[in-house]
Amino acid sequence: MIKRRKFFEAWFKALGLSALALAVGTLVLLFGALLIDGIGRLDWQFLTSFPSRHASQAGILPAVVGSTLVMLVTACVGIPIGVAAAIYLEEYARRTWLTELIEVTVTNLAGVPSIIFGLLALGLFVYMLGLGSSILTAGLTLALLILPVVIVTTREAIRAIPVQIREAAFALGATRWQTVADHVLPYSASGILTGIILALSRAIGETAPIVTVGALTFIAFLPPSPMTDQPPYLSFEWLMSPFTVMPIQMFAWVSRPGEDFAANAAAAGLLLVGMTLAMNGLAIYVRYRMRKRVSW
Amino acid sequence: MALPVDSAYTDSAGRGDWPKPLKAETCELSFYYGTRLVLKRVSVPIAECNITALIGPSGCGKSTFLRCFNRMHDLYPGTRYEGAIVLYPDSRNILDRGVDPIEVRMRLAMVFQKPNPFPKSVYENVAYGLRVRGIRDRRVIDEKVEQALRSAALWEEVKDRLSALGTSLSGGQQQRLCIARALATDPELLLLDEPTSALDPIATASIEELLQDLKRRVTILIVTHNMQQAARISDWTAFMYLGELVEFGPTKRLFTTPAKKQTEDYITGRFG
Amino acid sequence: MLLAALVSVATTVTILAVLLFESLGFFEVVSLQDFLTDTLWTPLFDDPHYGILPLLAGTIVTSVVGLLVAIPVGTVSAIYLSEFASPRMREVIKPTLELLGAVPTVVYGYFALLVVTPALQLLWPDIPGFNMLGPGIVIGIMILPLVISLSEDAMRAVPMVLREGSYAMGATHLETAWRVVVPAATSGIVAAYVLGVSRAVGETMVVAIAAGQNPNLTWNPMEPAATITAYIVQVALGDLPHGSIGYRSIFAAGLVLAVMTFAFNILGHVMRKRFREVY
Repeated sequence: MIKRRKFFEAWFKALGLSALALAVGTLVLLFGALLIDGIGRLDWQFLTSFPSRHASQAGILPAVVGSTLVMLVTACVGIPIGVAAAIYLEEYARRTWLTELIEVTVTNLAGVPSIIFGLLALGLFVYMLGLGSSILTAGLTLALLILPVVIVTTREAIRAIPVQIREAAFALGATRWQTVADHVLPYSASGILTGIILALSRAIGETAPIVTVGALTFIAFLPPSPMTDQPPYLSFEWLMSPFTVMPIQMFAWVSRPGEDFAANAAAAGLLLVGMTLAMNGLAIYVRYRMRKRVSW
Repeated sequence: MALPVDSAYTDSAGRGDWPKPLKAETCELSFYYGTRLVLKRVSVPIAECNITALIGPSGCGKSTFLRCFNRMHDLYPGTRYEGAIVLYPDSRNILDRGVDPIEVRMRLAMVFQKPNPFPKSVYENVAYGLRVRGIRDRRVIDEKVEQALRSAALWEEVKDRLSALGTSLSGGQQQRLCIARALATDPELLLLDEPTSALDPIATASIEELLQDLKRRVTILIVTHNMQQAARISDWTAFMYLGELVEFGPTKRLFTTPAKKQTEDYITGRFG
Repeated sequence: MLLAALVSVATTVTILAVLLFESLGFFEVVSLQDFLTDTLWTPLFDDPHYGILPLLAGTIVTSVVGLLVAIPVGTVSAIYLSEFASPRMREVIKPTLELLGAVPTVVYGYFALLVVTPALQLLWPDIPGFNMLGPGIVIGIMILPLVISLSEDAMRAVPMVLREGSYAMGATHLETAWRVVVPAATSGIVAAYVLGVSRAVGETMVVAIAAGQNPNLTWNPMEPAATITAYIVQVALGDLPHGSIGYRSIFAAGLVLAVMTFAFNILGHVMRKRFREVY
């Protein structure tokens, strides 16, 4: 009797392990497929060339530059707004209908498909505000997209700080802002950092909203340099430049028939997966170290 | 394993107070959480169809001791038993490596400190143990459920709403439901871990009354933080302190003429 | 800081406003009845038809295939992780699942088109290069991390005393998991499924790459078909003049998508909240 029940249990354990193996195996398979198809193309020429009609001469340089610049905009806009919103919700907001509304919209935005953000950007940034299909538009779109992630993870990090810490600070006469700036933020910094890294790693791989705002799929030039040789040595012309990003470049190559372009796509995918995995790995590591160190 | 003959039992009245027949006994039972020793060579006899109470200040290890009986600690990593818990009449050491904890738990039943009915119907709560044991016959289950609910003095209150959620009952009813759940499988030994600590005095009184009634059929081992309760309901009492057994004896004697100074201090309220 | 927090409200409002505004322009030309009942979607042809049904069917088929993968595999995995796996194992598996969820969707599209579909063609040689089965399976794998982590959360939130109650009766781990933990966590687990559905419905790149881009009213996953999201991508890649009916049609399609995902999200979060209130 017990034996039979134990038999079921052993059987289920095998089932559970194989289900997990399927998930983990897929990751390995995915990486393996990209590696086999793409590693041959991933060389210096590939990294430093412009797209080309000839698969073997094509490269990813404009996409890498484009991704970097878009991420710069996204980070500069998305992170301050997200962190500020989180601090407000956790430390300042009282329970009113307004905070209720904010919370509901944050959870809801987190579940909105990314392509809907693309439509928003197309209607609002591209046409109504007249920003066109520019790096600025793409950066702002992705900033809105990662906002919920930044807010949620920052709030979680802040919430993990025990209330006694705040009380201790208040008891010493600190104001609310001093408490936040001197205690809450520094203690939750690594948690917030984890969230930011995860959010940016998501943004860098986003394709659908960038397609909708009209990124180019074939581009033979770089955006103007942010540095100039004349005072004031900084230029923001690049913000309005047309662009492409890595996932778009990969998408363009996947959609073209022919094995040569598939190899290019795999190489771009390898780069992309490598970057997101590295960022996620970093986030997991930061979180792991933090959990080890924190003692409350 | 050889049964300890003396030393561990420090009853001044000597062997005359030795309970028998025995349902179970622990022999030099030690228990570790990781490297921390929380039970130190505790030996207690459990008399058949009697109520044995474990008392002592919080943190003395009495709940840990109780949970050794149905190998609850096996569920958590880093725990280790030493010594033996012998179950009679088959004189089996249930801590033996070869003994399956599930087999042990099927012979014993346990009622927890906080009522923990499953979020299922009253009926399914009581039937759960039977279903786990593979009983499918609806009539058998019906009968056992009614019997158990009657034994737990809950039948009259719930017979018209057996399909209501167990969690919808009042606190006292929930705890009696948990007792019914434990009784449905005819356990040889009923373990109770401070079963009335979360209840009001009226619910407590009804459960104490119930235990008096139950002991005619089943052996009971109860942990309580309430000395009056131990004095009211138990036949035997073991007083524990800092993981050690200080004194064991018939309840009446232990509460009137304790042999140990520590016991006397505790029962007169000087510490704990 | 309040302003920062209000950005989320503003975004939500603007999304709705933009979708509604452009859709209104669309519905001035196309009647709602045609939109909901016409079985053809050919906005860019000379003889335009604007029936959302083919796109809806494509979305539903790929999502259902995805769920058929994600629900069984996800539930079993979550039970295993929550009730059987050692803490050590959990510490390895959970980050791995996070990585699985972090892979860019365009890479999954590549995977569906060039790995999964060829593999399926080994089994059924008749499957065309574009089909809904391959991307559906890949969508299932994509939403797996979400389904697993949310249902595992729900199961771990079931109080230990309930498990102990069951173990004390002599139940095995599996019996406890199946008869006590899963029923107690049901609403949390179903919420995980619902949020998974919402993610599957909105998934874009996988289907745009691997399911083909021809609207096709069919329920057969072996056939190629376009989803709502794939259609939006297809139009966006072309060069439609701003304000044209084709341009507006993607907002109408987007509105349908937004309404669907809003509904699923709200349902999912209400269920999760209800679950949290119990424990």
